[in-house]
Amino acid sequence: MVAFRLNGEDVDLDVPNDSTLLYVLAFDANALGPKYGCGKSQCGSCTVLIDGDPVRSCDVTVSAAAGRQVTTLAGLREADGGPGPLQRAMIEEQAAQCGYCTAGAIMQAQALLDRNPNPTESEVRSGLNEILCRCGSHNRIVRAVLRAAEEI
Amino acid sequence: MNKMLSLSRRGFLKKTGCLTVAFSLPLSMSADLAFAEDALADAHGDLRSNPMLDAWIRINADGTVDLMIGKVELGQGIVTAFAQVAAEHLDVDIARLDILSGDTFYAPDQGTTAGSNSMPAAYGALRVVASEVRAVLLDLAADELGVPVDDLSVEDGTITGPNGAETTYWDLVEGETLHREATGQAPLKSPEDFRVIGQRVPRLDIPGMMNGETTFLQDLRPEGMVFGQVVRPPTYRARLANVETAAAEALPGVMAVIRNGSFLGVVAERQDQALNAANVLRQVAEWEVESNLPGNENMKEWLLSQEAIVSKKKDEPRSGGPEPAKWMEAEYYRPYHMHGSLGTSAAIATLGDDGVTTVQTHSQSVYATARAIAGMLGVEEDQVHLQHVQGSGCYGHNMADDAAADAALLAQAVPGRPVFMQYTREDEHRWEPYGSAMVLKTRAGLDEDGNVLDWEFDVYSTPHGMRPGGNPARLIPAQYLDPPFDEIGIPQQSGGPPNYNTARNAIADYAFPGHVVTDHYVPQIPLRVSSTRGLGAFANIFACESFMDELAHDAGVDPVEYRLRHMEDERARDCIMAAAERFGWDSFEGGRNRGRGFAFARYKNYAAMSAVALEVEVNPRNGRIRVIRAVTASDAGEIVNPDGLENQIEGGLIQMLSWTLKEEVRFDDTRVMSDDWASYPILTFNEVPPIENVLINRPGEPYLGAGETLVGQAGASVANAVFDAVGVRMRDLPLTPSRVQDALRG
Repeated sequence: MVAFRLNGEDVDLDVPNDSTLLYVLAFDANALGPKYGCGKSQCGSCTVLIDGDPVRSCDVTVSAAAGRQVTTLAGLREADGGPGPLQRAMIEEQAAQCGYCTAGAIMQAQALLDRNPNPTESEVRSGLNEILCRCGSHNRIVRAVLRAAEEI
Repeated sequence: MNKMLSLSRRGFLKKTGCLTVAFSLPLSMSADLAFAEDALADAHGDLRSNPMLDAWIRINADGTVDLMIGKVELGQGIVTAFAQVAAEHLDVDIARLDILSGDTFYAPDQGTTAGSNSMPAAYGALRVVASEVRAVLLDLAADELGVPVDDLSVEDGTITGPNGAETTYWDLVEGETLHREATGQAPLKSPEDFRVIGQRVPRLDIPGMMNGETTFLQDLRPEGMVFGQVVRPPTYRARLANVETAAAEALPGVMAVIRNGSFLGVVAERQDQALNAANVLRQVAEWEVESNLPGNENMKEWLLSQEAIVSKKKDEPRSGGPEPAKWMEAEYYRPYHMHGSLGTSAAIATLGDDGVTTVQTHSQSVYATARAIAGMLGVEEDQVHLQHVQGSGCYGHNMADDAAADAALLAQAVPGRPVFMQYTREDEHRWEPYGSAMVLKTRAGLDEDGNVLDWEFDVYSTPHGMRPGGNPARLIPAQYLDPPFDEIGIPQQSGGPPNYNTARNAIADYAFPGHVVTDHYVPQIPLRVSSTRGLGAFANIFACESFMDELAHDAGVDPVEYRLRHMEDERARDCIMAAAERFGWDSFEGGRNRGRGFAFARYKNYAAMSAVALEVEVNPRNGRIRVIRAVTASDAGEIVNPDGLENQIEGGLIQMLSWTLKEEVRFDDTRVMSDDWASYPILTFNEVPPIENVLINRPGEPYLGAGETLVGQAGASVANAVFDAVGVRMRDLPLTPSRVQDALRG
C-alpha cells in the first residue's frame, strides 16, 4: 500500500512498494501527464513534482512519493479545470509539434518559476536543459515560459 | 465495433476552444492553381477509391458531424487543417466535427501520411465531398421548404429560405441520404467567401495535451489493459537456440510467455512485471549470433567498396568549350542517423470475440501496415483493424509499425485483454530503421575566374525507403517467427524523378554548364534503414553546399556572391539574398574563432526552398562548436499559415543541427551500441541558438509543403562557418569536438 497526495487529492493504492512511480501514476492513478521516454532520467518526459521539486518518475519507485505531494499537469489547472498560466502560455505560443515532451517540460518549468518567478532567457534554457525535445520546439517553449513569468 | 476512439475524440474536440495561431489556408487559394498536378491526381485518386459521400462525412441527428479521413496527425497540424476544409465547404461550425482519422475500418484509405503531400492531396478530395454533401442537403431543403435552391442560405448547418422558413442538416438527413457516390458536379464555394479557411484556427490537439487530457496513445486506458514486452535478439542476425521460460512464467503477474521461433515476448498484469519478466528472459535466453556488420568506423570504406547499381540521375556534360583551368574534388560522409522519437513506439492490441485483432497505433501507414499484420498473423485482411492515435513525433518511418505488430502478436495469447506495449529506450534505439549512411564525391572543373564549368556529383548509399507497404517481412517481429518472413524485398533500384530517394537533391539547383549526377546504389542493409527526414537530401545538400563554399573560397569570392553567380532562378536568388540581408552578411565581423556560414537548397528541386546563414564560435582547446545565432529565409509559395510554416522550418533546422553536431549511430561488427541518449546524444536547450525566420510570401503561387525544406543546409552552413572561423574544412559528420580537434591539429 502506498499513500500520497496527487494534485491535491489523497490517493491510497494497493501496489507493490518497488513499483516504478511513473507506472503507478500512469496506470494506477490514471494521471495523463508524465510519459515514458527513456527509463533512466535522460530525457525528462516523465517529470513530475514531488513537494515542488522536479523528479524523473521513470527512475524512482513509488516509495519516493509516499506521504508527499505529487503534482502532474492536472495539478496546474485552474479551479474550473481550464489550463493554468503556464499551460495557457504554452497554448498561446503553440509550443509543440508532437508535444510528447511538453508534459515533462511544463513540470520542469513550473518548478523553475516557483523558485525564480522572473527568470532570464538563459536561466530558462539552463533550467530546461535536461528536458529533451526532438521536434525542435525549444525556442517556443522558452518563449512560453517567459510569457508565463510575465503573466504570473 | 470499437467506438472508443471516436467517442473520446468527440469529448476532446468539444473541450477545445482556444485562442491563437495554428494552421490556416490562404484566402485566395484556388485549388487548381494551388496544387501541383500530381497532387491533384492523388486527390482524385483518393476519391476514386473512396467514392461514397458517407465514407467521408456523416451528419448525425444530434447536430454533430462525423468527418472520416485517412491522413493522420503526426504533430504537423493536419487534422486541424482538414477540419477547417470540411467546416468551410459544409458551412458548419468546426466544433460540430467529430473527427476520425486513420481508422482502417471506418476512414477512407488515403495511403501513407508522408512526404509533405497531405494537404495538396487530401484537400482536393475533401473539398469535393463536403461541397457535394452541402448540395445534396440544399436540394432536400428546397423540396421541403418549397423554394428554389438558389434562394437558400446556410449558417452553421441551419438552412434558411427567403420567407424565413428554416430547416437544418440534422433534420434533413436520414438513413441513406448520403450513401451515394460523389459526382464532382457540386458547385464549389468561391475563395472570396471563405470564413474558416484562411483563419488562424488553433491546433485542435494542443490545449488538451498541455492540460493533461487524453491526447496520446499512451493516454488510453481501455478496461482490463495488460502489459506486453518483447525480448529482442542481441543482434539483427541471431537465432534463439534455447530459452528456459519456467522462471519467467513463475514471476508475479506474468500471464503468458510467448515463444515462436526466435520471437520471444511476455504479457503481465502490470508494466513493471512485464519489464521484469522480459529481463529474466533476456538473461536465460541463449542465442546464436552472427558477427558480420561493417562497424561505423569502417562504413565509408564499406560503402565505396560494395557492388553498386549505377545510374545517371542527370547526364548533361558540356559538349565542347574550353578545358577547365583547374579541377577540384572532395568527399563527404554522413553516418547513420536515428529518427530518435522522444517517446518510444507503442501500441495497444486486442483480440476480440469476433476474431478481429484491433490495434491502436501511431503508424504513418495504418492501411498498409494492417495488411502486413494480417499477413504476419495469417488471417484475412478484415480480421485486423488499425486505429490511428497520436504518438511521439516520428520524422519518417520509425518503429510505430513494428510496435503495432508486436502488440498484435502478444494479444493473440490473451484473448479479450487489451495489450499495451511500449518499447524500452534501448529497443527503440537499437532496432529502429535508421537514415542511411552515405558518401558523396564531388568534382568540379573551373574556369579562370573559379566559376564552375563541369560539375560531377556521385552518391553512394544503401536504401532509404523501406516502409512495410503490406509486406510482413518488413515488420521486425515477423522476421523472427517460425517460419520467418524473410522476403524483405530490398529495392533493386534507387528512386527516379521527381522525388528520387538516395539521390534526392543530388542534382544541384545551380545552372552549371556541365552537370552529371551518378547514383551508386548499394542494395544491402547491414543496418536496418527506412525513410528518415529528407531521405538522401540531407547528405546531398550538405555535400553540394559545402563544396560550393570550398569553390568560392578557392576562387576568392564571397560564398553568397558565388552562389548568386551560379543561380538563375529568381525566387532562389531572392531567398538567398533575404537570408544574407537579415543576417547582416556583408557587414559581418567575426572576431577570433568566430565565423559565418551559408547554405541554400530547394527541397526535391521543386518544393519549398530555404537558405540558412549562421554564426559559430569554435573553441580550439576542446574542439567544441557553438552555434551563436541563425537566420533562415524560406519560400514555400503562398503561405498557408506563417506560424505553422515557421514551426516546421525552425524545428527542421534544430533537428538537423543536432544531426550535424552530435549524431552518429555507433555499431561494431555485431551490434548497435547507441542504445540510449547518453550514447546517442542530441541537441539540448542550452545548445539551441536563437533563430530568426524570414518568410517570403508568394500569393497565388502553389502551396509547396514545408516539412523537409530545411535539411542539409544546416550541416553545410555549420561546416562552412567552422572553416570561416578556424580555417579547417570538416567533411565527415558529425562535427564532434574530437573531430574538430583532430582537424585543428592537422
